[in-house]
Amino acid sequence: MSIYLNKDSKIIVQGMTGGMGSKHTTLMLDAGSTIVGGVNARKAGTTVELGGQELPVFGNVKEAMAETGADVSVVFVPPAFTKDACIEAIDAGIGLLVVITEGVPVQDTAEVWSYLQGKSTRMIGPNCPGIITPGESLAGITPHTIAGKGPVGLVSKSGTLTYQMMFELKDFGFSTAIGIGGDPIVGTTHIDALEAFENDPETKAIVMIGEIGGDAEERAAAYIKDHVTKPVVGYVAGFTAPEGKTMGHAGAIVSGSSGTAQAKKEALEAAGVKVGKTPSETAELMREILNSL
Amino acid sequence: MEYQAKELFAKHGVAGALGKTVETPEDARAAAEEIGGVVVVKAQVKAGGRGKAGGVKVAKSPEEAEEAARAILALEIKGLPVNRVLVVPGASIEEEYYFSFLLDRSNRSYLCIASVEGGVEIEEVAKTNPDAVKKIAIDAGTGVDEAKAREIATEAAFPEPVFEQAVTMIQQLWTVFVEEDATLVEVNPLARLTGDKLEALDGKVSLDENAEFRHEDHKAFEIREEADPLEAKAKDKGLNYVKLDGEVGIIGNGAGLVMSTLDVVAYAGEAHGGVKPANFLDIGGGANAQVMADGLDVIIHDAQVKSVFVNVFGGITACDEVANGIKGALEILGDEATKPLVVRLDGNNVEEGRRILNELNHPLVTQVDTMDGAADKAAELAHQA
Repeated sequence: MSIYLNKDSKIIVQGMTGGMGSKHTTLMLDAGSTIVGGVNARKAGTTVELGGQELPVFGNVKEAMAETGADVSVVFVPPAFTKDACIEAIDAGIGLLVVITEGVPVQDTAEVWSYLQGKSTRMIGPNCPGIITPGESLAGITPHTIAGKGPVGLVSKSGTLTYQMMFELKDFGFSTAIGIGGDPIVGTTHIDALEAFENDPETKAIVMIGEIGGDAEERAAAYIKDHVTKPVVGYVAGFTAPEGKTMGHAGAIVSGSSGTAQAKKEALEAAGVKVGKTPSETAELMREILNSL
Repeated sequence: MEYQAKELFAKHGVAGALGKTVETPEDARAAAEEIGGVVVVKAQVKAGGRGKAGGVKVAKSPEEAEEAARAILALEIKGLPVNRVLVVPGASIEEEYYFSFLLDRSNRSYLCIASVEGGVEIEEVAKTNPDAVKKIAIDAGTGVDEAKAREIATEAAFPEPVFEQAVTMIQQLWTVFVEEDATLVEVNPLARLTGDKLEALDGKVSLDENAEFRHEDHKAFEIREEADPLEAKAKDKGLNYVKLDGEVGIIGNGAGLVMSTLDVVAYAGEAHGGVKPANFLDIGGGANAQVMADGLDVIIHDAQVKSVFVNVFGGITACDEVANGIKGALEILGDEATKPLVVRLDGNNVEEGRRILNELNHPLVTQVDTMDGAADKAAELAHQA
């Protein structure tokens, strides 16, 4: 078991023929993902050879799904076209939509989020590394060589902190690691992932990584208190971030007194979550828990 | 910045006193003459509390406007020098209101906040009389049409004499929000003037940097000289850099890891004379020699910096590429590289990366294998220097 993505997932790539798209399609194939094709209206009917496989290019997501039975789409199209790519995939009824693209205008994301209400699609991202179920499938850009399969579920706003944490706990391994993205509006939240990990029998413990900005961590803390029975260890980045400055991620900003790392840490601790001061200390806390299970 | 907000308001037909932005007392006098009558002179800085700091003055004549501008231009407000003042007609205000549209992260949509109970002191109103501050959810899919604008104006309880003007202005402000890709459009105060005229007297617009590609004109709203010179230099080089007050320069890959690096250095600094991180700098996945050299170039020209911590996790970019990037950067910088570098590499192809740096054997470079250990070393070197 795992969450959202497994060995049976059939993946298409929107933007597969571009630089980022072709590079990461090859890496996804290396990770063992089943990639069944790509979408590019201008190159429909052609094929592309990536990672030793001949991959068909379709004119749109609907056609790609009908031809291949795809249930996951990974989006690598540039920011200006991301909204339309997402709406196309939602209209086609894709099950999982993983939006890697960084730099999407937040009003476009808000519109997509509004559009997918009541529809069957789960969106992850934008501006995220995607999702990996080690040994089974990768839909995104997380390096598959860092860690293998295991009992830890990981949800994080940050890509590199996801990699760092997987590396620190590589001797245990991961059920699924999901990077939800650092934008102000994202399709899948900490809470969504916590709920899925709680219900996943393979996941024995959860690492949750947050960062400054917004109140997603505080809300996740309240959710954990009421609904999560598995042990959760947390980490929050950005204690030294000054007020009013965007720290790399579009959503990583302390506004006035809200969105601070300290407030997030306190909320998590009040919910019984052990919070590490550094990524290594956080990994150590998880290690202790795993060794006692 | 207020005058930029006013330019955007004017572009979309929002009624309000436009005023003139000037940089000298003499120009303030000329602006007051042109406007005629009583004017208000206001400091233009990116900080709140301007009124309390003496940054807002009423002037009854052009001479008084010049005097007021001279006094305000000599001020520092919350550490920021006042380089510009706005001269606006001194309207006769009957009532002050508050109005804004903003991004609502928690609900993944937009929110309208409106209050007819006081404008400028809205935060105070929110504390003492929260019911007077109306929050109205807006669906990002359907937005604000005339019917929604009426709903908002009714909910906010705009008084009858200005109600229709409010309905019109709400739609215009929504146009500003959507067409300019704003994350905040705020009018404060929104005023009912003598004769029941509704006007935006002051405002603030925050624009989404991610949307710059469809707003060529937004670049004109950036004010370079008020940004930190190192931040301006980094921006020119396309680097994601924020200047902080500290001694340990930081370079890393990925926003989350860099934020985490700052925190780890601050903790380590507690044992080394309280040294702190000097900056945020995310070089992203492309850690090639030129990007690394550009990053180091900005950081070593920060006079406060005593040591530099390069913290890279090799994910997509393998550690050998990063090590070669550091090697190349030191060659590009040559004699300009004078500050000690502590390098921590981990992840993809780390053995080869560490081997390259060991072989380089550069006198300025120290390798430490763990993030916490490297932060400690960088803090120690900064404290000793």
